[in-house]
Amino acid sequence: MSSITGVALPEETPSGGQPKPLDADRASTGRLGDRIFGGAALGSGLLIVVIVTLVAIFLLAQAVPALSKDHANFLTSTSWVTSQPMAFGIAQLLWTTVASSVVALLFAVPFAVAIALFLTQYAPAWLARPAAGLIDLLAAVPSIVFGLWGGFIVAPKWAPIQHFLSDTLGWIPLFKPTAGITGGNTIFFVGIILAIMILPIITALSREVFAQTPTTHKEGALALGATKWEMVRTAVLPFGRPGVISASMLGLGRALGETIAVMMIISGLPNGAKWTWSLFNGGATFASKIASDASEFSGGLSTGAYIAAGLVLFILTFVVNAIARIIIERRKDFSE
Amino acid sequence: MAKRIDVQDLDIFYGDFKAVEGVNLSVEPRSVTAFIGPSGCGKSTVLRTLNRMHEVIPGGRVQGKVLLDDEDLYAASMDPVVVRRTVGMVFQRPNPFPTMSIADNVAAGLRLNGVKDKKTLNEVVEKSLKGANLWNEVKDRLDKPGAGLSGGQQQRLCIARAIAVQPQVLLMDEPCSALDPISTLAIEDLIHELKDSFTVVIVTHNMQQAARVSDQTAFFNLKATGQPGHLIEIDDTKTIFNNPTEKATEDYISGRFG
Repeated sequence: MSSITGVALPEETPSGGQPKPLDADRASTGRLGDRIFGGAALGSGLLIVVIVTLVAIFLLAQAVPALSKDHANFLTSTSWVTSQPMAFGIAQLLWTTVASSVVALLFAVPFAVAIALFLTQYAPAWLARPAAGLIDLLAAVPSIVFGLWGGFIVAPKWAPIQHFLSDTLGWIPLFKPTAGITGGNTIFFVGIILAIMILPIITALSREVFAQTPTTHKEGALALGATKWEMVRTAVLPFGRPGVISASMLGLGRALGETIAVMMIISGLPNGAKWTWSLFNGGATFASKIASDASEFSGGLSTGAYIAAGLVLFILTFVVNAIARIIIERRKDFSE
Repeated sequence: MAKRIDVQDLDIFYGDFKAVEGVNLSVEPRSVTAFIGPSGCGKSTVLRTLNRMHEVIPGGRVQGKVLLDDEDLYAASMDPVVVRRTVGMVFQRPNPFPTMSIADNVAAGLRLNGVKDKKTLNEVVEKSLKGANLWNEVKDRLDKPGAGLSGGQQQRLCIARAIAVQPQVLLMDEPCSALDPISTLAIEDLIHELKDSFTVVIVTHNMQQAARVSDQTAFFNLKATGQPGHLIEIDDTKTIFNNPTEKATEDYISGRFG
């Protein structure tokens, strides 16, 4: 009974035990309009399942031959040699992809939730509308623009801050300075730019769910003597929680798959440098690696290596969505 | 711990629109006062001014005085948050917090006040649920969601939540209008018991209910369509229902209009 945003339907029916739509209403399934609409809906539903399945089959069919000729461990190796003899592994790509996206989420989610709360609970109406529009506009900026702006304008300004951070926090492996990286074009910085890129979608969806908080819940909290912030904490935030999680996962999905901006910003591993755990290092994500090497695809086995990487990205996105589902389902009883 | 309410020359506005005009009334401690009248006459609006919930609605404001034991609730120095902790409220539709368990719902008000001690919280939860005649029905599932209870149980849960913070006054805005007759009876019995500790003001559309539960009754009406609502008369419930002073009151309670 909860939709993708996790918002329960307005009816106050006790949870569970709702009949499926078709069981409940067999009234007019025979008419032409019903048959056309039902058929179209069924067709669309099947089509999307077929497309996803075909994509998975394509990726598998292309990846398997290359994987069988791989002389390195595909999951743990950090090398990427696609000429014969092939030795490629995804460890470095996986780390860079996940690390930059997680950094993006850590920055974007608190900001997005704060903005959404401000727009729905605190801002006067004359301000809320234009401000919301402005943030939606941020979603309309093409990623190539973020790539240009981030890579050439912001990165040099970020470099000194990064130096300061690596000087003070360098004893933590994650913030260790990397020899050969002098500019700001690091994994951490990519995460910051990604955060700006996924901010609008998380804000927009969180705003939707916060705005739907029933007045009765908010008044219930206020009547107990809650201050505005306490009201937000007892009524608005718990109500919006599943929606914020879904929104974050959508944002994470976008961050994981972002290609062109990442490719333009991130610098490669410095020559001869070894891969490290540091966020102040270069590298490549799945998507940026595939895109930057696309011109060298010669077909056959070496392309298969890249497709295998694409397959991992595909699975990663699936896993992220599954985790979001599990988090939402687990507390379903407590969301009306 | 029950206080007396005095309302003096109260005008209530929504923005520029005057919704209620010139209300004067007094409510004795440890008594039940019922507000009756046709829809839109402003009785719920008056009720919501008694704990400053009226101003939650954009544009909502008042002129005049509401005194709680001689303390003006609308004095500049008075914090609405403090007022609402002193004057509790139960709403028309049961509104337990859906993300909280039964026990957490009851403890919500205390937690807002900063009470963290587990033992204290457990004691208050038990005492409040007993006070709301709900303890026996839910004592084995205190950690289950409050939204899983029936409508009548949810409303008693909301009453438990309201009395857990030990308010001086308990306001009820048509607390039974969304409930079946059995649940309604349970709530009415409860109101009789609550009277021993709290000052209760209840808005109801059900005149039998007003006659059953209240000590005094206030009848509100509109002067004319588009005009502000006002208090026609307030008196002992027996007098209002048997021998009202105003013709309009008699017409309303005998079902001739409204």
